[in-house]
Amino acid sequence: MSDTEQPTDDHADDEFEPIQVFPEPEEMDLRPGADNCYKCSTCDTNCPVAEVDDEFPGPKFQGPEQWRLKRQDDHDIDDSVMKCSNCMRCDHACPSEVPLSQMHNTARGEYVAENMSKRSLEYWRNRLLSNYGTMARIGSKVPRLTNFVMGLSITKLVNDRLLGITSEREFPEFATETFRTWWADRGGAAIQSDDRRVAYFHGCYSNYNTPEVGKAMVRVFEHFGYEVLVPDQRCSGTPMYANGMLGDARRAAETNVPELAAAIEDGAAVIASCTSCSMSLRQEYPELFDLEGVHEVSDNTWEALEYLRVHEDLEAALSGTAVDLPDLAYHAPCHARNQGLDGQAIEVLDAIDGVDAHDVGDSCSGISGTYGWKSENYDTSMKIGEEMFEHMERADADTGLTECPTCAMQMEHGTGYEIKHPLQVLETALIGENDRSETGGGAESR
Amino acid sequence: MAIEDDVLVIGGGLAGATAALAAAEHDADVRLLSYKQSTLRHASGLIDVLGYTPAGEGPLAEPFEAIPDLPEGHPYERVGVDAVREALLFFDAVAGDAYSGAHTESNALVPTSGGTVKPTARYPAATEAGLASDPRDTLLVGFHGLPDFDAPLAADHLEAAGVPFAARGVTLPFPGIRRDDAKVTRYAHILDRDTPVDTGVGEAPARTALAETVRPHLESAARVGFPPILGDENAGVVRRDLEERLGIPVFEVPSGPPSLPGMRLEDLLYGALGEAGVRVTTGVPVVDYELEPAADGVESGAGDGDDTDAARIDRVLVDRKGREVPYRASEYVLATGGLVGKGIRSRREPVPTDGVDDAATHGTGDDPASSPAYRSSVGSDGAPAEPRTATGSEVDEALARRSGRVFEPIFDCHVPHAPDRYDWFVDDAFGDQPFARYGLTVDRELRPLDGEGDLEFSNLRAAGAVLGGYDYAAEKSGSGVSLATGYVAGSRAGERATEDAE
Ligand SMILES: Cc1cc2nc3c(=O)[nH]c(=O)nc-3n(C[C@H](O)[C@H](O)[C@H](O)COP(=O)(O)OP(=O)(O)OC[C@H]3O[C@@H](n4cnc5c(N)ncnc54)[C@H](O)[C@@H]3O)c2cc1C
Ligand code: SF4
Ligand code: SF4
Repeated sequence: MSDTEQPTDDHADDEFEPIQVFPEPEEMDLRPGADNCYKCSTCDTNCPVAEVDDEFPGPKFQGPEQWRLKRQDDHDIDDSVMKCSNCMRCDHACPSEVPLSQMHNTARGEYVAENMSKRSLEYWRNRLLSNYGTMARIGSKVPRLTNFVMGLSITKLVNDRLLGITSEREFPEFATETFRTWWADRGGAAIQSDDRRVAYFHGCYSNYNTPEVGKAMVRVFEHFGYEVLVPDQRCSGTPMYANGMLGDARRAAETNVPELAAAIEDGAAVIASCTSCSMSLRQEYPELFDLEGVHEVSDNTWEALEYLRVHEDLEAALSGTAVDLPDLAYHAPCHARNQGLDGQAIEVLDAIDGVDAHDVGDSCSGISGTYGWKSENYDTSMKIGEEMFEHMERADADTGLTECPTCAMQMEHGTGYEIKHPLQVLETALIGENDRSETGGGAESR
Repeated sequence: MAIEDDVLVIGGGLAGATAALAAAEHDADVRLLSYKQSTLRHASGLIDVLGYTPAGEGPLAEPFEAIPDLPEGHPYERVGVDAVREALLFFDAVAGDAYSGAHTESNALVPTSGGTVKPTARYPAATEAGLASDPRDTLLVGFHGLPDFDAPLAADHLEAAGVPFAARGVTLPFPGIRRDDAKVTRYAHILDRDTPVDTGVGEAPARTALAETVRPHLESAARVGFPPILGDENAGVVRRDLEERLGIPVFEVPSGPPSLPGMRLEDLLYGALGEAGVRVTTGVPVVDYELEPAADGVESGAGDGDDTDAARIDRVLVDRKGREVPYRASEYVLATGGLVGKGIRSRREPVPTDGVDDAATHGTGDDPASSPAYRSSVGSDGAPAEPRTATGSEVDEALARRSGRVFEPIFDCHVPHAPDRYDWFVDDAFGDQPFARYGLTVDRELRPLDGEGDLEFSNLRAAGAVLGGYDYAAEKSGSGVSLATGYVAGSRAGERATEDAE
């Protein structure tokens, strides 16, 4: 675990040490936010963890109350903050604009820095999980071997007993070819354009596990005549915030922000296919990291369909196309909700003949990134997901749809459905079936 | 490209949801856009039409008889008493069996968790067996973990208020929940799913265990009231199950926030929105708008004559976490709520320094809190922020320190208010608070008016708590005004949008 942070290229990296790189949480002045709270408890009624876990005090305590206590004396952060899954539903709920998730993220950062032993297995387990990109980079060098080893029951047993990574879940399979390898082999962008340019933030998951989502992104944007850039990048930070690893997240941001800002400088808009990645670049980055260019990145980041919808006549482009998916069970990720993207996939796909996507309700899938991977959270995670599973089961077909890779994992885990990303449906509609055999060789000219 | 619909409703509370449903009746493409959750989540779920007159007379038995006497400018006066009736019928059709009270125009008297009796026009079916006009003797059950409902105290208050029945209260442990600050959703969830719980003498399904806990305390009671936690998705089943086990009617006593009856009403409305094909977008605020380019010379549109020279809104801009995305419609409804919903805001520092400067609306963008200027510009007191439009009022120094501004943050519609903050409130807590009435003034079609009484825009209507001229808390008219004005604004917007499209 030396060069933890470079998912994409190979220069040696600074050894990571559990030191506090992040400015002291106290430096963040969230008190005005705490004072905005008028104790209506709307946040509490939205918290999926508090609803099923008797031990979790809920967002109102976690946020404004804890901040008030802290101000009064040198109060330690309550360890329950580690039970918060960072779904951010409380943010979405609060009528009084209290910055709840920012409070949770900062509190968690402080808790991990000051109260959690750096020798504990829990710390290292969390570190490991939140640096999924690193694991994945190593694992995907030998994908078949890794998939084989990860699938072994002995591996699972060790993970569960020793590390507290649940053995109930199947590790996501690594693709035999990462998105970036495909991209390099293909010779990069097939279209050059000065005025239509986007920079793709693929994140870890569509690079290592579901490159078909990344390929769909590229093909769809090229279909509309965009030049696609794929800048160097590291993890968006989402799993790191959730584990209080703000130093790791900041280091990743120190790569992402300048890389993306440079692309923006070149006239590109930043496009993410994962709604947690876009959430992180848009909201958490400027909330947590005072880096140069962080606001430009935040202001110029879009979710893929969102961008097309606003910049192209997507409905016209899709009308007359057909895909045979008569019963898609769509789950809106919590993080999509906070960006106003909750109805989008269904509205857009509605224009395609033969596609009928149903919303499976506004419950949380329960996995929340790394949360549901921890042995101690597995049961809670599945309890939260129950409502979504039930609604999915009511759908006739066995295909699910969502933008978030970890929600997709949970949906598949709970129902056995095959899960697609909306971009893949768009790709099939606009271009045809994903031609998996395409490797190198430059432009596709369909 | 903007995201396009015929009617765009801004705000997802009772007023906005009603407006969207009413607009959809006219075959318009409707979108509902809401920033955060609405006051439905903490309102009691009761549909109050009018409990007291603005002069404080009441409780009123016959709200519809009092409506015609309301002062000019009151939202009910604007839409007229018939529209209030129609709006209630519309609500009844949407709510179906979930609500009671449609059989009469008179107010029902509902006991509340504080032991007071509240006049209301419609109430959740779960409340029905508890009406204060019903003479059956009553047991109220509270739980240790829910201190907001003190059942013995509420029972005493009810008796003191002279209800026609004997009331008794007990506080019991709730089987399966030990911690004293568990969320109401947790209680509801356990009952919804009938989760097995530890009763101290083994496990039992939650509803069975609850019934067994209550049974020894029934004595001669002919009905039993609980705090409103009896299930969420399966609330009907939970209540009937308990009724069967206890052998007497079971009801819920409406309470303060957070309120499951309010959440159930929200679910009901959003379910209806889905069925009506209304597109719903949440989590992001509308922060600004752009006008249609003025049609020089040619007066377009089939104007009524009075709105021909008012500007038309072309699109609104929605802040999606730093990105402004345009949404476009031919008609708009503003239902962003009052002070609580943030449809009306107030600010301490007031005095416009430089003239009209649109760019200033968005702040500088370098605020590390990332908040769109919308937030920072209206944030904490004293934060330097630019008022959207300067009225150019010259205010003298002394007043300047006490003066404040009450404003509507999206369109900057005119909000009449005293310039001196000291005039916003009166000392008497029970007095007539001017602040409570602050909001937009509108014409009879609910289109906002500027300071001169002219239309602000020809294609904007306002509904719900964003309106001025009434004090919902004092009058007990909150939901009724939201329903009536939401219904009227939505219907007119829907009509107009489909006319325009033809
Ligand atoms: C604690 C409490 C208890 C109450 N109890 C009762 C009761 O028992 N009976 C009764 O009749 N009434 C009650 N009311 C009053 C009633 O809830 C409200 O008066 C009324 O229903 C207001 O509804 P509304 O739709 O106008 O606004 P709100 O419910 O305030 O909704 C406004 C919505 O607009 C959204 N919004 C705001 N700004 C923007 C923006 N820029 N862009 C997009 N969306 C935006 C908000 O996020 C919110 O969702 C109560 C109110 C409160 C606060
Ligand atoms: S929803 Fe907001 S105002 Fe209400 S209790 Fe939670 S933080 Fe406080
Ligand atoms: S982020 Fe999610 S889990 Fe954490 S407190 Fe908020 S609602 Fe609860």
